[in-house]
Amino acid sequence: MPAFQDMTREEQVRFFFSRLPHGVALGVELIEAGQGRILTRVPFSEFMVGNPVTGYVHGGVITALVDQTAGTAAMFASDPPETVATLDLRIDHLTVARAGQPVHAFAECYKATRHICFVRCIAYAEDRNHPIATSMGCFMKTGQLLAGGGERK
Amino acid sequence: MKDIVSVIRKARSERDYARAMALFPYARFLGIGFREERGELLFHMPFHQRIIGNPVMPALHGGAIGAFMEHAAIMHLLWNMESAMQPKVVDFSIDYLRPGRPEDIHAVCRVVRQGQRVANVSVETWQSNREQVVATARAHFLLTPAEDLERES
Repeated sequence: MPAFQDMTREEQVRFFFSRLPHGVALGVELIEAGQGRILTRVPFSEFMVGNPVTGYVHGGVITALVDQTAGTAAMFASDPPETVATLDLRIDHLTVARAGQPVHAFAECYKATRHICFVRCIAYAEDRNHPIATSMGCFMKTGQLLAGGGERK
Repeated sequence: MKDIVSVIRKARSERDYARAMALFPYARFLGIGFREERGELLFHMPFHQRIIGNPVMPALHGGAIGAFMEHAAIMHLLWNMESAMQPKVVDFSIDYLRPGRPEDIHAVCRVVRQGQRVANVSVETWQSNREQVVATARAHFLLTPAEDLERES
């Protein structure tokens, strides 16, 4: 395996995801990574059900997927990527996530200042024009490079 | 399963908290439990490797904390029989105040305003020291008044 700084951005994100036990337990997968733009997906699993009557996916699954996707977009808005801490996250649940369908999340860091990243994110089943949820979040840069390779200059 | 509220009502009369929580696959996945203590409903999520989001610090996954708070709010509303059906999350807004350490985490909910259709709920989480709040959330849930169900049937 190449050193972190020699990996492509997608390899870096996949490596980072592989080190997040909660994301791995949920089954979060990377689809595409650009600078400050991340597209992920989580396949449906029975354990994600939040409403035993309807079988709908728990809103908390959306929260976890959005937090991880938006946080990663914030980290990869910097080059080299820098770790961030979530300050706040607001999620609007526009409709339900149905059993058997995957949930995609697309996050975009639309503004990064020296200390703060502003990220919007949408979650959808198959069609980005029909979102399940929309989200806004603020993330604080920690000053640490993601690779663990020391402080930001 | 057709009628979640009657299961909850029975669990409540028998103070069978585990039975109420067992209804929800995603709450089981996270290991969420609760009990009544000095007149308040106390929720907890035991530490487990699969709720870690940052293995280096290490810290709990922000999404797992968010999901925990959301489920606590849903169960709080159900347990207090504020709705004839499972409340639906409309929006969920989380403020992260400090990293979640690799320990058990606790939550308590407060119904700030309970209308006919919508409840505004605030949630607070902490770990070993209740004064040191890890995260807070504010959420709106859509409720189903009992008379609506009667009208439909």
